[in-house]
Amino acid sequence: MSGRIRSDGRSSPVGYLREHGFWWAVTLGALTPLAWLGWRAANGDLGVDPVNTINNLSGRTAMIVLLLSLACTPLNTIFGFRKALTVRKSLGLIALVYASLHLINFVGLDYGFDFGLIFQDAVLNKPYILAGSTALLLLIPLAITSTRGWMKRLGRNWKRLHRLVYAAGVLVVLHFLWQAKAAEREEPLIYAGVLALLLIVRIPSVRRWLVTHRTRLVGPKPPRVQTMQRAKPVKQSGD
Amino acid sequence: MVKIAPAEITPEHVFLNRRQFMAAAGVTAGSLALAACSPATLSSTSAPAANAEPALTTALGAEKLPAALAFAQPTASTSQDELGDPLNQFQEITNYNNFYEFSTNKEAVASEAAGFNPYPWQVQVTGLVNNPLVLDLDDIYKRYTQEERIYRLRCVEAWSMVIPWVGFPISALLKDADPKSEAQYVKFVTVYRPDEMRGQRSSILKWPYQEGLRLDEAMHPLAILGTGMYGKPLTNQQGAPIRLVVPWKYGFKSIKSVVTIELTDSIPATTWNNAAPNEYGFYANVNPEVNHPRWSQASERRIGESGRRNTLMFNGYADEVASLYAGMDLSGNF
Ligand code: HEM
Repeated sequence: MSGRIRSDGRSSPVGYLREHGFWWAVTLGALTPLAWLGWRAANGDLGVDPVNTINNLSGRTAMIVLLLSLACTPLNTIFGFRKALTVRKSLGLIALVYASLHLINFVGLDYGFDFGLIFQDAVLNKPYILAGSTALLLLIPLAITSTRGWMKRLGRNWKRLHRLVYAAGVLVVLHFLWQAKAAEREEPLIYAGVLALLLIVRIPSVRRWLVTHRTRLVGPKPPRVQTMQRAKPVKQSGD
Repeated sequence: MVKIAPAEITPEHVFLNRRQFMAAAGVTAGSLALAACSPATLSSTSAPAANAEPALTTALGAEKLPAALAFAQPTASTSQDELGDPLNQFQEITNYNNFYEFSTNKEAVASEAAGFNPYPWQVQVTGLVNNPLVLDLDDIYKRYTQEERIYRLRCVEAWSMVIPWVGFPISALLKDADPKSEAQYVKFVTVYRPDEMRGQRSSILKWPYQEGLRLDEAMHPLAILGTGMYGKPLTNQQGAPIRLVVPWKYGFKSIKSVVTIELTDSIPATTWNNAAPNEYGFYANVNPEVNHPRWSQASERRIGESGRRNTLMFNGYADEVASLYAGMDLSGNF
């Protein structure tokens, strides 16, 4: 997860928006479902079964936002869309926010903080819960080490550590697939397909092939991006 | 587990005592002292659009409805089930429905089902019977006294409700059809109307929906054909105008909008069993000891409560129905 690209010497509002508008749009966009949920909760409008409403909305948004954060790197390395890197960290953290809400709803509203029952009923006897919980546990160290300080401190290991997000993604998709009924596997399978695609394009040979063919088809990276690179290089490559 | 007091949960309901209600159901609603509930005021209702007055009330008029179904406001004879748990609200019961013919989203079924037109309706009783029947709703109301049954409904998705159904024991209808001696099972089929039921245009399940019971299960006095709820005809989203209610089995057994009841000598194919045989058995008795392959069935969420409660064997009806399964391996026959 990277920090925002910063550039100096542009202090006008238009300049600021040009630099950071994308980050704000994506970040606020990703937080919109949370605001909507809060609004509905405040109005007592969470439906007949609030536990289910919160579960579905938080779970689904967590997963989509996590997949979006996984799309950032390939968008840059393959399509040269460098700005995508600016939102990767923000999306990763927001995914964790939704996943935490999902967990709090489960422990508190669903199981009424009955930890004995949670252990016996859910952890031991529901494999999909185990998959979801492991995914959430994996996301926590990634969130903690998402700062610039930790990036520097960990050096090359930072990238290695953050590869855990692939495992988290797989576990989340498995979690979704596992809890779905036989007649409702279509949606989780779509997410599984998207995740598979996002992981496959990271394989170095696949990525190289895609980059060569992209260059042949649409030419080299557009100049605007190169300007940005010159303005302030970001020390990141695809991972 | 936080319990919500009955008064909070059903403020709009006027509760009659059970004997009064049964008398009203059997004879005439005129004997009811409560004007707000009498058929005379049937046209007035405060229920919101999606689950408003079932079309039958308007179509037939109050006079044609049996007394047990002729209430303007949601009405039940009691505020709780025999275990002391409060009834769920009319609003909850009619806005949280698993009815894949309309939508896989439980809270969208009510509005998706608004265009369904269940009247007129015919149910045929066929197969291994000496006296095949074709009954319209009027026949059903005339032949079979509609009575109230307060039952728990336990969904396989691990949520539950307490519902004041109106209906009649299916045994009465089966006796009239007079099953032949070789009849051993009862197959039920939902209406097939892809024009009105948008879910039937997709292939998520094999349509029409089918369910089945062993004949002795169907003859059990707790097994009813439901025609109403809270003193009103069933809403479309609940499976209007007539559905099965088998309270000791997971909800998916209680097939909705039934058009065919067929007596057979072999075990009928059932929809969910077809879709995932290792996950949904033919019996589908509520059983906290038998896990679904991917999730525990030991606890459940009562809609309207927070926290969980333990799921009861046979959904709390073990005293009544356990003998049906004496000596049977319930995990093998899940
Ligand atoms: C401690 C970890 C977790 C627990 C205890 C948990 C629990 C649950 C439960 C109980 C359900 C509902 C199953 C049902 O309806 O039968 C569910 C669904 C779901 N969860 Fe989780 N989960 C966890 C982690 C996650 C994470 C990390 C994600 C995504 C990043 C996630 C995404 C989902 C999704 C997409 C669904 C499906 C929602 C739907 O059916 O609409 N879960 N989870």
